[in-house]
Amino acid sequence: MSTKTEKIDRLAELTAQTETSSGSSLWVEAFRRLRASKMAVIGACIIAAFVVIAVIGPWIAPHSPIAQTWRGDVLPNQNVFVGPRGGNWLGLDHLGRDEFSRMLEGARQTLLVGVVSTALGFAVGAAVGVAAGAASTLGGRAGRRFDSVVMRFIDMMLAIPSLLLAVSVAAVLGQSLTTVMIAVGVVQIPIFARLLRGSMLAQGGSEYVLASRALGVRKRRIVLGHIVPNSLSPVIVQATLSLATAIIEAAALSYLGLGNPDASVPEWGVMLAQAQSYFDAAPSLAVYPAVAIIITALGFTLLGEAMREALDPKLRG
Amino acid sequence: MSLLELDGVKVHFPVKKGVLFDRTVGHVYAVDGVSLSVEAGQTYGLVGESGCGKTTLGRAILRLVDITEGDVVLDGTNLAELPGEEMRGMRRRLQMVFQDPLGSLDPRQNIESILSEGMAAHGIGADREERRTRIREILAKVGLPTGALSRYPHEFSGGQRQRIGIARALVLEPDVIICDEPVSALDVSIQAQVINLLEELQEQMGLTYVVIAHDLAVVRHISDVIGVMYLGGLVEEGPSDTLYAEPLHPYTKALMSAVPIPDPAVEDTRERILLTGDLPSPSKPPTGCRFHTRCPWKQDTLCATERPELKDAGNGHKVACHYAAEIAAGTVRQTVPGAVRPPEAETAPAEVPAPAKPADDGRTADPGGRAGRAAEPGKTAEPGGTAGTGGTGGKSAESAESAETAQGGGTAGTGTTPEAGGTPEAGDAVQADEAADADEATDAGEAPKTGEAPKTGEAAETVEAAEAAESAVTKD
Ligand SMILES: Nc1ncnc2c1ncn2[C@@H]1O[C@H](COP(=O)(O)OP(=O)(O)OP(=O)(O)O)[C@@H](O)[C@H]1O
Ligand code: SF4
Ligand SMILES: [Mg+2]
Repeated sequence: MSTKTEKIDRLAELTAQTETSSGSSLWVEAFRRLRASKMAVIGACIIAAFVVIAVIGPWIAPHSPIAQTWRGDVLPNQNVFVGPRGGNWLGLDHLGRDEFSRMLEGARQTLLVGVVSTALGFAVGAAVGVAAGAASTLGGRAGRRFDSVVMRFIDMMLAIPSLLLAVSVAAVLGQSLTTVMIAVGVVQIPIFARLLRGSMLAQGGSEYVLASRALGVRKRRIVLGHIVPNSLSPVIVQATLSLATAIIEAAALSYLGLGNPDASVPEWGVMLAQAQSYFDAAPSLAVYPAVAIIITALGFTLLGEAMREALDPKLRG
Repeated sequence: MSLLELDGVKVHFPVKKGVLFDRTVGHVYAVDGVSLSVEAGQTYGLVGESGCGKTTLGRAILRLVDITEGDVVLDGTNLAELPGEEMRGMRRRLQMVFQDPLGSLDPRQNIESILSEGMAAHGIGADREERRTRIREILAKVGLPTGALSRYPHEFSGGQRQRIGIARALVLEPDVIICDEPVSALDVSIQAQVINLLEELQEQMGLTYVVIAHDLAVVRHISDVIGVMYLGGLVEEGPSDTLYAEPLHPYTKALMSAVPIPDPAVEDTRERILLTGDLPSPSKPPTGCRFHTRCPWKQDTLCATERPELKDAGNGHKVACHYAAEIAAGTVRQTVPGAVRPPEAETAPAEVPAPAKPADDGRTADPGGRAGRAAEPGKTAEPGGTAGTGGTGGKSAESAESAETAQGGGTAGTGTTPEAGGTPEAGDAVQADEAADADEATDAGEAPKTGEAPKTGEAAETVEAAEAAESAVTKD
C-alpha cells in the first residue's frame, strides 16, 4: 500500500524522467521492498554476522581451537568442568580446549557445509529442473515423455525421508566432511528440480511467452531469455531457506557420526554431539552450538521469507 | 484473392485423462469449421459470447495452437502446412495484439528489449543503433515518449501498456494484425483512444486487422466486415452496416437486442430477445444447428438434425440458419414463448420469464407480440436487404417444394415489394416467378409444418405476400 504522498512523488518522478533516466527493473524494486522489511533486515544482519565470524573468526580466536591447553583443568569422568572465566569466555570443553575459539572455528565449518551442499543441490537440481521444464514446454511428445520420466525419478527421491537419504549417501561414500556436504546436497536436488520445473511450466503457459512465440522468437531464446529468468525467484527464495535446513541437516549427520572423522576439528553439529555425553554436568557445552545453529538457521529463514514476499508478483506496484 | 483466407479451420483440443499414460477421452471443439476471408486494408470484426472460440481462432491463424484441420492462407501461402522454422519466419507478416496488456509483456524486459526482440528474431536492422531509430519512430507513432525505452512494463498505465503491445507488433511491419480483445482490459475512457489509434495506424500504414471483441459497439465502430461466432462456428457474416441494420440469425438478433441504445426514447421501446439456457459445452456441441438449444425460433424439422451452412443471403451477407429468410419475413414465429419481449414486458424483472402462460399462447394470436412483430416485415422491406431475401426465397423454392418452399415463397413476396422493385437484379423475374408458383403450395405446405391449421394472421400475410410477388412480376 502506498500512501498519497508516495503516489504523488512517484508521479513526479515519472514525469521528471528524461530519456537518459532508466526505469527500475523488478529486481531493483524487489530489493527496495526488501530493504523496507524488518524481517529481511534482521535476517540479513544475522547472516552477515555469521559470515563475518566464519571468515575472520579463526584469526581473532584468542586460543587454538584444537590444542588441549587446559587438559588438566577438566575431569569429565568426575563431572568437573570449567565454565566461563577470564581467559576462556565460554569456558572449556571436555578435553580442556577453549570453547569460544572452537565456536568461532566451528562457524566456518558450518557455513562451508551449508553453502557447499546447498550450492550442489541448487546446481544439480536447477539443471535437472531446467532440462525437464524445457523439454516439457517445447520438446513436443518426446520432450514430455522425457520430462515425465525425470520427474517420476525426482518424486521417488522426494518420497524418501531426507535424513534417511542423506544417511544412505553418507554410508555409501564413507565418513568425511565431503560426504556430509554431498549427502545434504543430494537431499536438496529434488526440491530444486521440482520447484524450478513447476515454475517454468507455469511461466511457459503465460501470455508473454505466447506473445514471444507470436513475434517469431526462437524457442531456445524463449526458454533461456524469458521462461528461466522469470522462474528463478521462487528458487532463490528456496535456496535461502535451504541454507537453514542444510546447516541443521549437516549438524544432524555430524551428530550421527557421519561427518569429519577427525573429531578434533570443531563443527557445531559435532560439538553438539560431543556435548551430549556430559549434558547433565555441563549443559552449556550443548547450548552454545545449539543456539548458534538455531540463530543462523533463523537468519536464513527470515531473509528467505522476506524475499518471498518481496518477489511476489502480486505485490508488484 | 483475399489477403487472408480461412477454409474449414478446426481446432479441437484433446481432453486427456490418466495418471501414468494419457488417454484421450474426448475433445473440446473450440473452433469447428470456420471459413472466412479478410481483404487487404480492411478490418474483420469477430464477435461472440465468451468461450465461443474467438481467441482460439485468432491463435490458430498464427498457428499458436495446432490446427486440427483446414487451411489458413496468407497471401497465397498455406500456413497450416508450413514447417516450424518457415512458420516462424511468416510470423513477421502476421502479428497479434493481446487482451491482457500487462500479462503479455515480460515483466523483466524493458521496453527497448521488448520492441527489439522481434526485430532480432527476424534479422531486421543491422545493429542496435538502427533498431533503436526504428523503435523511436514506432514509439512516436503509437504515442509513447521516447523516454519509455529504458522503463519496464509495470511502470506504465494500462493504456500505455497496450500501446507497447501495439508497437511490438508494428515494428515488424506486418500485413495482418490480429487484435484479441485489444481494449476489453482497459478503462472505458482509454478504450476509445486505443481504438482510434488502431484506426489511425491502419490509415497510415495500410494495415489489415482481425479484431476480436465481445463488445459489439467496439467492433461496429472499427470493422468493415463482421463475423458472429457461436460455439466454434460462424453463424452470420456481413458488411458491418448491413449486419447491424438487419441481423438475420436469431443469435445475432439476440446479441444486438442486448445492446442498450443511448437514446432513452428508443431504449424504452427496444425489443429484447432473452436467450434461455446456458451456452452448451464446446466439448459436447448440440447436434444440427448449434444454436437450437437456445434458439427462440427453433423449428421441429432440420434445426436439431442438420447443421446449417453459412450461405449467402445476398449482398455478401451470409447466415447459417435454415429459417433465416422465413424469420426475416415473419412467416416463422418464435417457438419459445416469452423469449422475445415486447417493450412493455421490460418492466418485469429481467431474469423471470414472461408471466406463465400456457405454452400454446405464444403461438396463437397474441396482440401485443404480434403487433411488435408485424413491424418487422416492414423493416426488412428496405432496398438493401430486400433483394437478398428475395434471392434466398427463390433458391429454396428451386430446391424443394415442401413446407419450406411455401415459406420461401412468402419471403420472396415480402422481399420484392415495390420499393425493391426499383433495383431489380438479373434473374429477379425468374425468382419472383417461382416464388409465385410456390405460393400456391402455401396452404398445403404450412399445415404439416406447424401441425396446426394456418392461423388467420399468417394467412393474411401470405395473401399479402402473394400479391406483392405478383406485383413484382408484373413490374418486371
Ligand atoms: N488449450 C486449451 N485446451 C483445452 N481447451 C481449451 C484450450 N484453449 C481454449 N479451450 C476451450 O476452448 C473454448 C474456446 O475458448 P476461447 O478462449 O477461444 O474462447 P473466447 O471466445 O476467446 O472466449 P473469451 O471471450 O472468454 O475470451 C473454451 O471452452 C475453452 O475452455
Ligand atoms: S437453424 Fe433453427 S435453431 Fe438454428 S438458428 Fe435457425 S431457426 Fe434457430
Ligand atoms: Mg478470448
